[in-house]
Amino acid sequence: MTHNLLELRGVHTHIGAYHILHGVDLAVPDGQVTMLLGRNGAGKTTTLRTIMGLWPASKGELRFRGRRLNETATPDIAAGGIAYVPESMGIFTDLTVKENIVLAARSARHEDELDRARLDWIFGLFPALKKFWLFPAGKLSGGQKQMLAVARAICEPRALILIDEPSKGLAPSIIQNLISAFRELKSQQTTILLVEQNFNMARALGDTVAVMDNGRVVHAGAMAELAVDEGLQQRLLGLSLGAHQ
Amino acid sequence: MKSTTLASAADAAAAVPKAQFDWKPLALLAAVMLLAVPAIGSGSTWLTLTVAGLAMGFIVFVIASGLTLVFGLMDVLNFGHGVFIALGAFVATTVMGGMAGFSAQGGWQSLLVVFGAMLAAMVVAGALGWAFERVIVRPVYGLHLKQILITMGGMIVGEEIIKVIWGPLQIALPLPEILRGSYLIGDAAIEKYRLLASAIGAVVFVALVWTLSRTKIGLLIRAGVQDREMVESLGYRIRRLFVGVFVAGSALAGLGGVMWGLYQQNVSPQIGGQVTVLLFIVIIIGGLGSTLGCFVGALAVGLVANYTGFLAPKVALFSNIALMVAVLLWRPQGLYPVTNR
Repeated sequence: MTHNLLELRGVHTHIGAYHILHGVDLAVPDGQVTMLLGRNGAGKTTTLRTIMGLWPASKGELRFRGRRLNETATPDIAAGGIAYVPESMGIFTDLTVKENIVLAARSARHEDELDRARLDWIFGLFPALKKFWLFPAGKLSGGQKQMLAVARAICEPRALILIDEPSKGLAPSIIQNLISAFRELKSQQTTILLVEQNFNMARALGDTVAVMDNGRVVHAGAMAELAVDEGLQQRLLGLSLGAHQ
Repeated sequence: MKSTTLASAADAAAAVPKAQFDWKPLALLAAVMLLAVPAIGSGSTWLTLTVAGLAMGFIVFVIASGLTLVFGLMDVLNFGHGVFIALGAFVATTVMGGMAGFSAQGGWQSLLVVFGAMLAAMVVAGALGWAFERVIVRPVYGLHLKQILITMGGMIVGEEIIKVIWGPLQIALPLPEILRGSYLIGDAAIEKYRLLASAIGAVVFVALVWTLSRTKIGLLIRAGVQDREMVESLGYRIRRLFVGVFVAGSALAGLGGVMWGLYQQNVSPQIGGQVTVLLFIVIIIGGLGSTLGCFVGALAVGLVANYTGFLAPKVALFSNIALMVAVLLWRPQGLYPVTNR
């Protein structure tokens, strides 16, 4: 039986005076892709940021590999094996693609210390990064920046990758490219928690799904079940998969 | 897996259009120097003024480089930067005064004393910077108005402490014999100390550029200037980096204080406050957080101050402000803007 790599129990998060998360319960099984769905403002991004410690939980418990995360600082959470790709991508635009990758590879002090085999694998997933290796990241297109953001998260082995809306604003061909990359990660048993609005992408990748609304998880289960139940989609997300095909 | 070397990645990159280095601010600097030739009329006077302007620019760069890094990385408006300048200068008076006998032997001994004073000033100013960050700056991260108020307050307190230790009066900081006088190139007189100050400024610039572009610490600083949160999300403790940069910036201000004191050949407790406005003009002209921008901005300020001081002394009083306005009309984010800021 698959155990949960990450668990959130009754997590509340406040941002200033605003109460955003109202008791989130979430389980992310090891080696699977968990989709986090929900309408705008449901609390998906806040959940990821709370896991990373960027907005600390005011109540409840977060556990990663059984270890409590609540009081852990963001750098320690990252060093513990969680990579984060924010919605804004967080690319260092004044740095080159190479420098972005060197920075993300904590064990490498410079380019020569990067894991070459892993880098080749990344270049295989995202050929544009090889082409633009010495190019300032700020000059890349939106899709290429997203590729770089994901590449940073996987340039060293990580136990869990949190990705926030990677398909946002991207052309369908780029989205297909990302889906292929995530499938390859999935085939390597990488655990991913993926926030996504694109239901087709969610259906293509997800093993399990959690749907959020008003700062709570209102549905959790297998992605395959949600993908075939248009009534449930309509009720939870206000849409049906049929409308997205 | 097939192993691809990064050399081939570089070859592939060669096929794509390269990002162009922005030469325009450097061209502007050259244009200012060239335009001054006919205005001044005399080649030797132009050379003297140009070297003096560059030397002043190099000294200002040494002082301001720490301020721009601190603002760029930490988003801290440190109006107390001047206290490190003053402290550095006063430490130099103590070291050079205490070693006057050794220095009086002349030659390399006096140069050694000058460099020793610079080193001592950097250590003391760096140590004060560490305490300043912990006690004064840390509680007001992200609060600009409070930063301005409390760092100005810190500078006032610092100046008063300097008065308690060294007294309220101006103290002479004479150049050693070996650095007095000028080299004559034709009719142009090039002061020896200005050449040394320029050399030190150039070394600091090269060291900073090398650190920022060739080391991982430098990468972290450049990345932190753009997105502190993402640097933390990659697993790096940016607070430690903050402290390190603040200490380094304070130490550079201490070094700059010695250079400025020797430039003026005297120091007063207000020396830091007097140059603070100039420093902010330089880092605004350069682009907040940009080391290269700070360098070019400092040289431009030094040159314009010297040229206008000769050509139109009354204009010189506001030449730096005029230069800043002109640059910001051309480039509102400064000469080399840091992205995301």
